[in-house]
Amino acid sequence: MAHGPAKGIGRWLFTTNHKDIGTLYLWFSFAMFLLGGSFAMIIRAELFEPGMQIIRPEFFNQMTTMHGLVMVFGAIMPAFVGLANWMIPMMIGAPDMALPRMNNLSFWILPFAFALMASTLFMEGGAPNFGWTFYAPLSTTYAPDTVNFFIFAVHIMGASSIMGSINIIATVLNMRAPGMTLMKMPMFVWTWLITAFLLIAVMPVLAGAVTMMLMDINFGTSFFDAAGGGDPVLFQHVFWFFGHPEVYIIILPAFGVISHIIPTFSRKPLFGYSSMVYATASIAFLSFIVWAHHMFLVGMPIGGELYFMYATMLIAIPTAAKVFNWISTMFRGSMTFETPMLFAIAFVILFTIGGFTGVMVAIAPADVQYHDSYFVVAHFHYVMVAGAVFSGTAAVYYWLPKWCGRMYDESMAKVQFWVSFVGFNVTFFPQHFLGLAGMPRRYADYALQFSDWNMVSSIGAFMYGASQLLFLFIVIRTIRSGTPVSEPKVWEGAEGLEWTLATPVPYHTFSTPPEVK
Amino acid sequence: MSRRANMLFALVLAPVMSLAASGKVLAEEAQRWAVNMPRGVTSVSNAIYDIHMIAFWICVVIGIGVFGVMFYSMYAHRKSRGAVAANFHENTTAEVVWTIIPALILIVMCIPATSTLLKVYDTSEAEMDIKITAYQWKWQYEYLGEEVVFMSELATPETEIYNTAPKSQYYLQEVSEPLVIPVNTKVRFLITAKDVIHSWWVPDFAVKKDAIPGMVNETWTSVDEPGVYRGECAELCGQGHAFMPIVVNVLEKEEYNAWLSEKKIEVAAIRELTKKTFTLDELMAKGEEAYNRSCASCHMANGEGIPGVFPGLKGSAVATGDISKHLDMVVNGVAGTAMQAFGGQLSEVDLAAIITYERNAWGNDTGDAVQPIDVLKFKQGQ
Repeated sequence: MAHGPAKGIGRWLFTTNHKDIGTLYLWFSFAMFLLGGSFAMIIRAELFEPGMQIIRPEFFNQMTTMHGLVMVFGAIMPAFVGLANWMIPMMIGAPDMALPRMNNLSFWILPFAFALMASTLFMEGGAPNFGWTFYAPLSTTYAPDTVNFFIFAVHIMGASSIMGSINIIATVLNMRAPGMTLMKMPMFVWTWLITAFLLIAVMPVLAGAVTMMLMDINFGTSFFDAAGGGDPVLFQHVFWFFGHPEVYIIILPAFGVISHIIPTFSRKPLFGYSSMVYATASIAFLSFIVWAHHMFLVGMPIGGELYFMYATMLIAIPTAAKVFNWISTMFRGSMTFETPMLFAIAFVILFTIGGFTGVMVAIAPADVQYHDSYFVVAHFHYVMVAGAVFSGTAAVYYWLPKWCGRMYDESMAKVQFWVSFVGFNVTFFPQHFLGLAGMPRRYADYALQFSDWNMVSSIGAFMYGASQLLFLFIVIRTIRSGTPVSEPKVWEGAEGLEWTLATPVPYHTFSTPPEVK
Repeated sequence: MSRRANMLFALVLAPVMSLAASGKVLAEEAQRWAVNMPRGVTSVSNAIYDIHMIAFWICVVIGIGVFGVMFYSMYAHRKSRGAVAANFHENTTAEVVWTIIPALILIVMCIPATSTLLKVYDTSEAEMDIKITAYQWKWQYEYLGEEVVFMSELATPETEIYNTAPKSQYYLQEVSEPLVIPVNTKVRFLITAKDVIHSWWVPDFAVKKDAIPGMVNETWTSVDEPGVYRGECAELCGQGHAFMPIVVNVLEKEEYNAWLSEKKIEVAAIRELTKKTFTLDELMAKGEEAYNRSCASCHMANGEGIPGVFPGLKGSAVATGDISKHLDMVVNGVAGTAMQAFGGQLSEVDLAAIITYERNAWGNDTGDAVQPIDVLKFKQGQ
């Protein structure tokens, strides 16, 4: 093309290029991943042995809260937005995102949101300490004053997500190459299109929840205060009406990534493409009507409990269909096991285990025992870490050679995979046992019978944490001095428009649209 | 029996973990390396345990099938073994089958789940009622109709928590006074909270219910075997969340009746003390003990509070100013803040002792001695 990127810091501050913005999102999310991870390391170090050794219970609660918030809103969500920015235009044959200036804005308000939230760690009263689910009245009447910073930070993150979603929808619906009908779109594009609609639907609900908190705290309303005619349970309904779709917002793009990697390394087209699309859409629809399964113990009428139990179990059907499709894609393929494929296979196994425990916690009477115990902590880390984070890692290994024209070190990456895989399981598998044996979540200290598995879990956590530093090292080394690759199809079995472009990908691509047959 | 189920569970679920556990599954170690839910001592806990195990085994069987196919493909359909990729990418029959089979399995799982849930919710025909009120960070038990009410809070000393003393057997699972209930009796619990949301959980009973301020939730239990059962708060409720355990002492019916009549006498005796006049020193000694129990978790033992979260009392305007204002704050709490109304939680003697202590400790030295009768008059004068 006639011109490349601008010089100096201005390139990054004022860029409207989807690839630059994608890169910014990815680096930002990795920085947040390390920050949230360091909070997790503090948590696991404190839980290494019974008794309070390193921090006070008050600070422990700040750590669990900040860990959850930073990981969900700072690490995982922006990582997939970064991948969407990089890949969607390349996959649909568009020159850029539909709304490039808004794209710049939606990224650049994020660092301010997180600076606002993290700054509370250094303020009087400390950071948010009421859990990432911030149930009222612990997060309103009983919260430190710094809760107001948290509320504004959430507003900014929500605005960023909504802008990002509008951009993705506008791009996907208007800028596809001639001949690319909706049912010919790559799965990653499909999952993001659906995710973007979910985001637009629920981020305003979250904004509503935190605004009601702001009013209760500062302006004398009583939305969540029973003494003033409000209802603390209302908060949970509003929160989970956002919160349940939110977990699918996180996992659907991960499904998309896996639906590209498995066919590539099986050298066989994705099995059941159209059922994958319909399954994704049904999961998205169901996500709106199951929220109260997070609230089985608040004292709902039995009719409500039964409805939410049955509806939740339905989700297992489209999710299972996806797993069967991935396995059928592998079946009678011609498989090789490069690092992205290893992460994708680990994703299928571990996400399925998270799905199994998901069905178990959906059973309302059994949830009496599981609820708010470490069993739930284990469950959602199997779907969030082994689901979203593993798939994000797989995506980086898969597309990095395409992005920068250099190949990562395969054997080092395999070491990173195995350390992550073992570390992850040693951390979280014993947490199932802890929960079943009766250890509640968010405990700064615990009874003696929980000592052994906690120690095992902490050792696994340190291992998993170390493997992420190795990941950072591998990525930087690849970008600076990896073996150059130049063929457009970096992977033998890869299919799609993005692999028709030169490697490394030029700064501007598809200035004339390709033809899709 | 359940230990064998436990072992099976460990073998299937934790090939990696059981490596560490096996070899030394001594009797006393078994509980430490526990991997499964307790079967418990109520009909509900047994029913839930069964559902849990059914769901678990269904997952194991599906897992073996699904992962079996996957591992077979990973072995047999490798490029390095010369596998050539087939080109099929859909099969309507297969897709219909693997939609219907999970649906049927789910329906099968829903049947025992529904009947057990009906049982969990059936609080009718209870033989006695106990009201459980949660506070930051303790439980209050009130035997409705019996005029017996008391607080139950953590008995583990700070020295054990902060590692300056060795930890005792029931570290963080021991309380000042356990809940006492009779065996084989349907007890209904009415659960609420005064400040934030808590959750009352005793795993052996399979009872867990949120305690929500402004609402009263109902649940029940009927325990099959006498014994001491331990549980904990399951909903994040602030810095003392891990430090408000539950202990339930289940007694034979005669023993329970004896305990109840003794308890009633004790309650009456405490009420009698309200009329007594104490010296400043007596109030200070009682006050220090009661302050550390009920106030120090927020205002701190040194009276300095936690800046920005909980105000200090050392040299504060309230603790050195007008007595009636001080009384009002302690008895009625401060609306819209974390300061609870202690009037209903503590006896007049404790309230008087605490206020006296706060007015004289940490160099506050006002010399005021507030008597229990003053507190009573203040309450009645409202």
